[in-house]
Amino acid sequence: MISFSVNRQGVNLDVDPSTPLLWVLRDNLGLTGTKYGCGMAQCGACTVHLNGEAVRSCVAPVSRAAGKEVTTIEGLSPDMSHPLQRAWIAEDVPQCGYCQSGQLMSAAVLLRENPRPSDDDIDQAMTGNICRCGTYPRIRKAIHRAAGLMSTGGAK
Amino acid sequence: MSDNILNVSRRGFLQGIVSTGALVLSVRMIPEVLWAAETSAGSHADRAVLRPSVFVGIDTDGTVYLVAHRSEMGTSSRTSVPLILADELDADWKRVKIEQAMGDPRYGSQDTDGSHSVRDGFTTMREAGATARLMLTQAAAQKWGVPVSECESDLHVIVHRPSKRKAGYGELASAAAKLPVPKKEDLQFKPKSAWRYIGKGTSSYDLVDLCTGKAGFGMDARLDGMVYASIEHPPVLGGKVKSYDEKAPLQVKGVKQTIPIKPFTPPHHFQPLGGVAVIADNSWAAFQGRKKLNVAWDNGANASYNSDQYKKELQDTARKPGKVVRNIGDVDTAFAKGGKVIAADYYVPLLAHATMEPPVALADYRDGKVTVWAPTQNPQAVQETVGEELGIPKENVTCHVTLLGGGFGRKSKPDYAAEAAILSKAVGKPVKVVWSREDDIKFGYYHAVAAMYMKALVDEKGKPTAWLQRSVFPPIGSTFALNTTYGDAGEMGLGWTDLPFDIPNHRAENGPAENHVRIGWFRSVANIYHAFAAQSFANELAHASGRDSVEYLLELIGPARIIDVKASAPDYDNYDGSPAEYPLDTARMRRVVELAAEKAGWGKRKMGKGSGMGIAVHRSFLTYVATVAEVEVDDKGEVKIPAVHTAVDAGTVVNPEATRAQFEGAAVFGTSIVRSGAITAKNGVIEQSNFHDYPVARMNEAPYKTSVYMVDSDAPPAGVGEPGVPPFAPAVCNAIFAATGKRIRELPLSKSSANT
Repeated sequence: MISFSVNRQGVNLDVDPSTPLLWVLRDNLGLTGTKYGCGMAQCGACTVHLNGEAVRSCVAPVSRAAGKEVTTIEGLSPDMSHPLQRAWIAEDVPQCGYCQSGQLMSAAVLLRENPRPSDDDIDQAMTGNICRCGTYPRIRKAIHRAAGLMSTGGAK
Repeated sequence: MSDNILNVSRRGFLQGIVSTGALVLSVRMIPEVLWAAETSAGSHADRAVLRPSVFVGIDTDGTVYLVAHRSEMGTSSRTSVPLILADELDADWKRVKIEQAMGDPRYGSQDTDGSHSVRDGFTTMREAGATARLMLTQAAAQKWGVPVSECESDLHVIVHRPSKRKAGYGELASAAAKLPVPKKEDLQFKPKSAWRYIGKGTSSYDLVDLCTGKAGFGMDARLDGMVYASIEHPPVLGGKVKSYDEKAPLQVKGVKQTIPIKPFTPPHHFQPLGGVAVIADNSWAAFQGRKKLNVAWDNGANASYNSDQYKKELQDTARKPGKVVRNIGDVDTAFAKGGKVIAADYYVPLLAHATMEPPVALADYRDGKVTVWAPTQNPQAVQETVGEELGIPKENVTCHVTLLGGGFGRKSKPDYAAEAAILSKAVGKPVKVVWSREDDIKFGYYHAVAAMYMKALVDEKGKPTAWLQRSVFPPIGSTFALNTTYGDAGEMGLGWTDLPFDIPNHRAENGPAENHVRIGWFRSVANIYHAFAAQSFANELAHASGRDSVEYLLELIGPARIIDVKASAPDYDNYDGSPAEYPLDTARMRRVVELAAEKAGWGKRKMGKGSGMGIAVHRSFLTYVATVAEVEVDDKGEVKIPAVHTAVDAGTVVNPEATRAQFEGAAVFGTSIVRSGAITAKNGVIEQSNFHDYPVARMNEAPYKTSVYMVDSDAPPAGVGEPGVPPFAPAVCNAIFAATGKRIRELPLSKSSANT
């Protein structure tokens, strides 16, 4: 049995501890907002927060989550109020949208650690997240916009 | 779209599985109208009170159901096509619910391919909208006892002009439903000045869901009691299983069984590749079980395929006379006269689509019928392929179309959906087939590798008086028919037979090439290598005579005129567009060149050391695109693309912001082609496997800024999803030449000898 918390709710699972957290979230818990893209920490589609840090859940064994707090896209905000989500909508970021959960989760950690990132900071932080549709310029703009929203009082 | 989120537990679909001892998690649910209604019961539009067309239904509460019959893979088809209908209907977009059509021929072609969804839908959607609007207008006139001519629509209401009385669409729906459906010739379309949404556009219908993890991709489809499958495919095309270990995979916790899948009967078409499937109760266990299969393969004839050798063969073929696909004047006589001749070879490798969502499908077979949920660009092809594989009529195959995590042509081929159906029948449960990234890269329907040979005779001013172009590539037709080695008219028309240059002696040829892997459509298809060769070579000629690239390109295009391509290339199909509606118009081509150059500040800005600008122009999918790329090349040869300026004439544009996004995306897609994309084979086995050895552009490699300038046009709508791709690579390579003097004739840069 492995116990941890997902989006502030406790879970207690009987799974092979070497199973990547990604597949436990998706197949066991039905939290399919977190995406499979490569299985080797190359594309970032599976990015979640483990105790607040961005991790690639496709290579993180679920045992690593034991006793910790996991946040997925479903838990980023209960009501779309996260400044990044609002900025993503304002900039019409997604095309197919498959990678965007991971993009948002990576960007959320960036902004928490660096509330006013430069273009270079953004490139640095987001380079691990692939978008095959090519929404990068809009992602960059949206992160700047979200940073602005946060500095002027954040939500709402 | 939170108002659409309904629990569909009555169908047991997408229910979260909560494990033993877990607290109840708030599992995601799916917007009901994303999925068409169950099986044969029709759509919500069909069940609405007023249903003047298969594409629209209006209920008494005023809800307008619009059917999206094309797939959503990021190009906004699912929004932009219904938006046309909503405009003509004068519907309030906030009261529209979009439902995704199942595969069903009554919608006409649902093939979301060839950048033609808006183009095809423009008339159909306006007819459906005008039909509904007329019926509502007639119902209102009847209700008020006034002439129809005194009534007109406004936003979601019919208004009686003289009395200013109003009635809502919901209020009128029942009465309108009693009226006969008007004839096409009685319909009146809104003038352009009255368009509400066309030309203004709107955000994706799924935007909020895409930012909250709620959107339903194929990868996310679930059914109660379903199992997961991962398939070990033959490493070489046409390979067969000799033996495998049935028992070892069962040692993996969660693995339930192994099932062989028969090899395809050539030609491969959309058939599954064959191999061995591992069935498990989760995706990961299925992946792990595969590692223990220890399959012995009979690799077959394609095991002799090596990309290095094949490349030489293609290049040799490109140097020999080929099949003439277009001829103007007499190049042989012109070349024989002698003079300054310039020639060059170009090469573009195999490319993989690498959609962020790998192929995946869920199928549920019961009693001779099967229901499939798949991220597919063509649900009718799913019905046909699955039907053939299972030996059941295609009418017994229900295909629900999920959102697609990227398509780019890969998901036009439903081999993965057929795998799920075959396995569901074998297992007796719903089966979800999940391809790994490695499966995706190694078992694609690749963009063809191509070699081009170009030769021109130029006069004293550098203008060509004779031009010979030859391309050689394994054709897409090899997927559908054995021994197909020449491109068909469609492929040759993708930027080869339609090159709109003003040259008195001009011949286009195509040489034969055998396929050893599956070849398929890939965003903009043959236009990629054809535009790379033609636009790079044009630039070489400009430099060879010391001419400005833009001025030279305009001279090559020549004066404004309509080119009758069929006069010199009888098989030319003009993307199935009629020459009357969609002529090849060099005035439009000149205009995008001039616009891109002007916006980029061509010739006006001083570029620093290692910096340069390059231009390319190309018409594809009936859209004219000119791209100016700016590059910076450092001492190590690393190329950055700080800015891209793209001018687009796509005729009438329905959704400008979504269109802009497509051209921004095309620049990034193009960057992958230029920088890094290459699939190669050794002994028939694809050498790449994932994003570490098949890299695609990342944020720090992509163009920093892509500016898109759209020409205002009353011409009928043309494509926008693909046409941004073809001119991008030559524009960048021409810029690299301007910056460094190094000519790139082979893609990608990482493989090019010019990259030092």
